[in-house]
Amino acid sequence: MKLHCSVNDASVDAEVPSRLLLSDFIRHELKLTGTHVGCEMGACGACTVIVDGSPVRSCLMLAAQADGSSVRTVESLAGTPIGRLLQQAFSEHHALQCGYCTPGILTTLTAAFESGKLPADEHAVRDLLSGNICRCTGYVPIVEAILDASRQMQSSTVLANSGGTHGQK
Amino acid sequence: MGKSEPALYLGAARAEHAERIEDPALLRKSGEAASPMIGQALPLREDIRFLTGTGCYVDDIKRPDMAHAMVVRSALAHARIRAVDISAALALPGVLAVYSADDIRDYALPIPQRVCALPGLERFLQMPLADERARYVGEPIAMVVATSRAIAQDAAELVQVDYEQLPAVVDVHAALADQVILHDGPGTNLASHYTVGRGDADAAFANAHYTRSEVFNIHRHTALTLETRGFVAEWDAAAGRMQVWGGSKVLFANRTILASMLKLDEQCIDMIEVDIGGGFGVRGDFYPEDFLVPFAAMKLGRPVKWIEDRREHLMATNHSREMECRLEIAVSADGIILAMRGLLMADMGAYTRTNGGVGPGKGTQFLQGPYLIPHLEFEVQALMTNKTPVGTYRGPGRYESTFFRERLLDIAAVELGLDPAEFRLKNLIPPEAMPYDAGALVPGLPSTIYDTGDYPLVLRRALAEADYPALVAGRGRGADGRLYGVGMGCFVESTGGGPSEDARIQVTPDGRVELFIGASSAGQGHETVMAQVLADELDIGMDAIRVFHGSTTLVKRGFGAYHSRSAVMSGGAIVLVAQRLRQQLLAHVAASSGRAVESLTFARGAVRGSNDGAVLATLESLAQQASAGSVQAASALAAEATFSNDNQLTYTGGTQIAHVAVDTETAMVEVLRLLTVEDVGRMINPAVVHGQTIGAAVQGLGGTFLDEFVYDEQGQLLTGTLADYLLPTATDFPNVDGVSMEHARSLSNPLGVKGAGEGGIIATGAALANAVADALSPLGVQITRLPLSPNNIARLIRDAKARPGPGN
Repeated sequence: MKLHCSVNDASVDAEVPSRLLLSDFIRHELKLTGTHVGCEMGACGACTVIVDGSPVRSCLMLAAQADGSSVRTVESLAGTPIGRLLQQAFSEHHALQCGYCTPGILTTLTAAFESGKLPADEHAVRDLLSGNICRCTGYVPIVEAILDASRQMQSSTVLANSGGTHGQK
Repeated sequence: MGKSEPALYLGAARAEHAERIEDPALLRKSGEAASPMIGQALPLREDIRFLTGTGCYVDDIKRPDMAHAMVVRSALAHARIRAVDISAALALPGVLAVYSADDIRDYALPIPQRVCALPGLERFLQMPLADERARYVGEPIAMVVATSRAIAQDAAELVQVDYEQLPAVVDVHAALADQVILHDGPGTNLASHYTVGRGDADAAFANAHYTRSEVFNIHRHTALTLETRGFVAEWDAAAGRMQVWGGSKVLFANRTILASMLKLDEQCIDMIEVDIGGGFGVRGDFYPEDFLVPFAAMKLGRPVKWIEDRREHLMATNHSREMECRLEIAVSADGIILAMRGLLMADMGAYTRTNGGVGPGKGTQFLQGPYLIPHLEFEVQALMTNKTPVGTYRGPGRYESTFFRERLLDIAAVELGLDPAEFRLKNLIPPEAMPYDAGALVPGLPSTIYDTGDYPLVLRRALAEADYPALVAGRGRGADGRLYGVGMGCFVESTGGGPSEDARIQVTPDGRVELFIGASSAGQGHETVMAQVLADELDIGMDAIRVFHGSTTLVKRGFGAYHSRSAVMSGGAIVLVAQRLRQQLLAHVAASSGRAVESLTFARGAVRGSNDGAVLATLESLAQQASAGSVQAASALAAEATFSNDNQLTYTGGTQIAHVAVDTETAMVEVLRLLTVEDVGRMINPAVVHGQTIGAAVQGLGGTFLDEFVYDEQGQLLTGTLADYLLPTATDFPNVDGVSMEHARSLSNPLGVKGAGEGGIIATGAALANAVADALSPLGVQITRLPLSPNNIARLIRDAKARPGPGN
C-alpha cells in the first residue's frame, strides 16, 4: 500500500505491506529505533508515538493507517521546548533506569503537555502515566519529574528559556 | 578543584549506527557537584541516550543480510513428540532453515548449572530443543529461520508437531507422589532432597514454652522485564569468529557454555553487551535460544536475529518464587526464639535452569533471617513439574523465606501477646555478635558469615520513620469503615557475589582515562557510578573518564551482574587498578627523572613532588610521551587488576513496614505506606541506590498483590499476556518510600560498600501480608499464602464470615 505521511517533520513516501505495524515501520523501515516495543498488544505503552497531536500505541496501528498523518517519535523531542523540558526533568529526578519505557512515557507526556493538559497534582500525574508500564523505577521519581516539569511549564520564564534552546542540538 | 560537566559518550561496544549525542545541558546538575564524587547523587550519563531515543537495544541492531528466527514451542505441558514435520514450513518462500532436535544433536549439550547446584539437580538439565518429549508449554521444539520476521512467524505456524498427550504434573504434591514421572532417567520427580541445620532443633522444640507450626505458600511469578530477550549472532567463517549481541548479566559464563557447544575456543566468541531493558535476575542466564541463534548463524553463514515476543516471554523466560513451606518455631517463656525447623518444597518447573537451585538453596539459608536462632533444621525438596523452569528473580529465596518467617513471627507474637516489633527486637542479632556465623545451610557452600550490621538499630530507625506507635494506635476499623493494619518484615540480604572481578585502565593519547570492567548493566548506571569511583581514586574529573562494561572483549575475565555485586566487586577492582596505575606512574616518573619514588606523590591526576606539590607529569604529558614512542610511558599508562573477595559475601540488614486499609466489602487493599529502611554501608550514588530501593519495592508490591502465573490442571498457562498477567501501574502503589542507611560498612571490599539492588523487594511480601493479616485480625482471618489478590482476600473474608468466631 502507498503511504504518505510526515515523520518528525520530514515527508515520508513509502510502499508498505498492508499488515505492517506502524511500530515496525518506524523502527525497521525508518530506523527510528527510539520507539520500543514491549508487548505488541497495547498493554505496556512503550511504543507510544504522537500521531496528529495524540498519543498512539504504534503496535496497535497499521503503518497504512498513518497515511496523511503527522507522526512524531521520541527522536524529535529534544527539538521541542516541552520535550526538552521533560527530558531534563527526567534526568534530574533519576526518572529512568534501563530506559526501555522512557520514550513511550516522554511521548505520552509531550502530547498531553502540548495540548495544555498539565497535571495539577500527583493524582493527575499518576492518571496520565497509568497507560505506561515501567518495571525499574516504581514510578515515584517519574511522578516527581513530571510534577517538576509541570510546575516549570506554568512559569513563563522557564517556558521562554526552554523555548530558547529550541533547535539547538 | 573544578569538576566540569562530564563528556557524553555512548557506552561500550555500541553498534556503529548509534549516533553520538552532544548535549551537556541535559546533565547540568553534575557540573555543580563537588569532589569527592562518591556519595554524590549525580544524574546518569547513560540517561542522555535513553531520553533521546538513541540507546541501542538488541532489536535495534541490524546486520547486512540478516535473517530472522522464530522458535516453535510446545503447545502441551507434557507430551511425547511422535514427529516434527517441517516440510510445509520449508516450502514457504523465504524460509532458510528449520532446525529440530536431530539437527542440533552434534552440537547441543544439556545446559549446565552456573550457581547453587544442589545435589541431584544435575539430572534434570534441558537440551536446547526438546527431543522425544516436551515437558512444559513453551518448550522449544524447533526453530525456523527466514528472510523476514513475518515469514519466520508464518513458517513457524506451518511446523506440524505430532504430540501424544501425557498427564501433566502441575503442583509439588502431585510431583512428590511420582505417579507421573517427567524424566525417565532419574525415575523420580524429587530432583533434590536434603536436610541441613545446626544445633539440636528437636531437643529445643521438646523443651520449649511455646511452639507453632504453619504452612505457607508463595505463588509463581517473575520479574517480567519490559524488553523481552533477544539476540543477534554473526559468524565470520573466514576468521573463525562468532559475535553475539543481546546477552546480559553473565556474558563470560555464557561464552564458555556456547563455546563448548559450538566446539570453538572461547576466545573466538565475542559477547557484546548492548543496552538492556531490565534484568532483575531472569534475563541473561543461558537459555536454549542462547545456543540456537548462534548455531543458526553458523550453519547459515549469515547473521540471525531472534527477538522473543511477549507471549513467548511469559512462557519461556524463567519463572520464580513458587514454594511451599511448613515452618515451625520454638519460643521460650520470655519471648526468645530457641529453634526453627521446617520443610521447604520448591516447584522447579520442568528442567533445572542455570540458577534453579538458588531459590530452594538460598530460600533455606535465609529462613533464619537476621535473628539469633541457635537451633535449626530444614528439609528441602526440589520437585519437577510440567511448568516453565524456574530461576532467580530479584531477591531469590530471600523474598520467599522472609515471607514464611516473618508471617510466622507475627502469628507467634499475637499468640504470645507480644508486640511484633518488640518480639523482633528481642531476637535480632545484636551488633556485638558480628561477624555472625549463620551456619552452612546450602550443600556445597561454606558457612554464611553475616559480616557487619546493627539490625536492631535498623528496625528502630524504621519504626521511627514510620511513626509506628501512631500506626498501631490507628489499627482496627476506621471512620470510613475500612480495616486498618500495620505489618513489618525484617531481612538480611547477601550481596557482592564473588569470586572476583577484573578492571582495566587505559590512558588514551589525549590523556583521558578509559575504564573497562566485566560487570554488565541493565539500567543500574555503571557508566556513571563506576566513573565516580575512579574519579576519586585518580583524583580527576568525571569528564576525563569513560566507562566500558560487560562485553567479553573488554577484560580477560568477568563475572557479570547478579547477587547485587557490581558496586562491591567492580568497585573493589577499580580501587585496585587505580592504585596500580598510580604506582606505575610514580615509578615511571621516578625512573625517568632520577628522583626517588618516595619523593613523589600522585594528586589531582598528576605526579607531583611530595614537598612542593609541583607537577612533574600529567596524564596528558605522559600520554604524549607514549605517543612519541616511549615504551616505558606506554606501559605505565595501562593497568589491570583483579579484586577477589574469597567468596566472603557482604550482608545488608533491612526492615520494611507496611500500613494498609482493607475494604471488607470489595476486598481491595490500599497500601497507605510501604517504607523500606536498609543499611547498605556506603552509597556511591545515592540517587541510584534510592532508585533501586523504590523500584524493587514496587516490584515486590506487584509480586505480592498482582503478578501471578496461573496454570490449569493440564498445565496450560492461563496468564499468557499482559492483559492477564498484571503488573503494577502508576496508579496502583503511590505511597512508597525508602531510607538507605550508611551505618555498617563492609569490611570485605576496599570501598566498604554493600550491594543495594535487591533489598527493597525482600520483605515486601512479609510486611504487606503481616499488615493485611493485622487489618483482618478482627475477622479471625489468617494469611498464609500469596498473592494478596482481591479474589484471595475476598475468599478469606467470606470464609471467616461464614464461620462462627470473633468479629461476626
